[in-house]
Amino acid sequence: MEANALAYLAAGIGAAIAVVGGALGIGKIASSAMESIGRQPEAGKQIQGAMLVPAVLIEGATIIALVICIILATK
Amino acid sequence: MAFFSSSVEGDTTKIVDSLTQHNIVDTLHQAAQTTPHGEEKGNLFAELIHHVFDSREIELPFLGHLHLPHFYLFGTEIYLTKHIVFLLLAALLLMIILPIAAKQNAKNKIPKGFGNLIEIFIVFIRDEIVLPNMGKGGLPYLPYLLTTFFFILIMNLLGMIPYGASATGNISVTAGLALIAFIMIQFSAIKAQGLKHYLAHLTGGVHWGLWIIMVPIEFLGLFTKPLALCIRLFANMTAGHIAIVAILGLNFLFKSYAITPIPVVLAVGVSLLEIFVAFLQAYVFTMLTALFMGFGIQSAHHDEEHH
Repeated sequence: MEANALAYLAAGIGAAIAVVGGALGIGKIASSAMESIGRQPEAGKQIQGAMLVPAVLIEGATIIALVICIILATK
Repeated sequence: MAFFSSSVEGDTTKIVDSLTQHNIVDTLHQAAQTTPHGEEKGNLFAELIHHVFDSREIELPFLGHLHLPHFYLFGTEIYLTKHIVFLLLAALLLMIILPIAAKQNAKNKIPKGFGNLIEIFIVFIRDEIVLPNMGKGGLPYLPYLLTTFFFILIMNLLGMIPYGASATGNISVTAGLALIAFIMIQFSAIKAQGLKHYLAHLTGGVHWGLWIIMVPIEFLGLFTKPLALCIRLFANMTAGHIAIVAILGLNFLFKSYAITPIPVVLAVGVSLLEIFVAFLQAYVFTMLTALFMGFGIQSAHHDEEHH
């Protein structure tokens, strides 16, 4: 039981850390993208496109971490 | 992953047996097992979470549960599941809808109505996804990317209609899509660069003494991209459905009708978000496939410039 409880705790903490990391990364991308659109509105479309790629990659890494947490919690 | 794949089997006792080590689902199904078809409020939640996963029966309006056929081929049981039915339905819809749009567009000089709607998507994918990421060399792959986009989109949207299920909420389906994407990425890279350049790329262009480190890393890198595609689509679609179930489950948690307006409003909101996510994930899958194919195609041009 003790080990089970620790696994649940680990899954919860792991999910939280993964989300914090992903949110920080995506937030940083969004903030600098907004800033650059503000400076150069005519390049807005290009910046938006370029912003999506790293955001999606970070999202992928976060989701893989979350899936690992789900597996940990349901095993 | 065992948690998701083992929920394929339809009959409740089998599921409870196979999932005894998985606690969350186990408790839910124990609730379902004690009184089979949820007369009590608490058991309805177990019935609800069941709809997210694959099963061997589909629900039809007014007809109730319908068991899907299965047969034996060389001693192996082959059977239809809910997700396979909706996968085939999506393919069928695709084969009906898109030719209609194509015929309409061929007839009218200026696209209008339904044909125009489909054309917006097609032009968007060509001008915003393929040309920026892959250049002119990507245009031969446009049909594949369009097929992927519309197939994933329709599968995602089928999960949002009542009695529907999204086949992309099944990791086997997304793994199949990712496998096709993997083959297309490698094919386009080899075709654009030639086999020699393609293999040279695996070494990362470093001194041969480092190849023993670089080659395994680059080789693994080939597989992580489609793996991420597969897990992203699956996790996003499943997570949305689980979120709706969890919000509707508040009703059963509080065991009161007074709380009902809150879950209903929240569920409507999450459903709207889900419709957006259905489009977004189809777009993201297509865009990333195009991007990864673009790496291979454009590094060929890049090499030509420098050598």
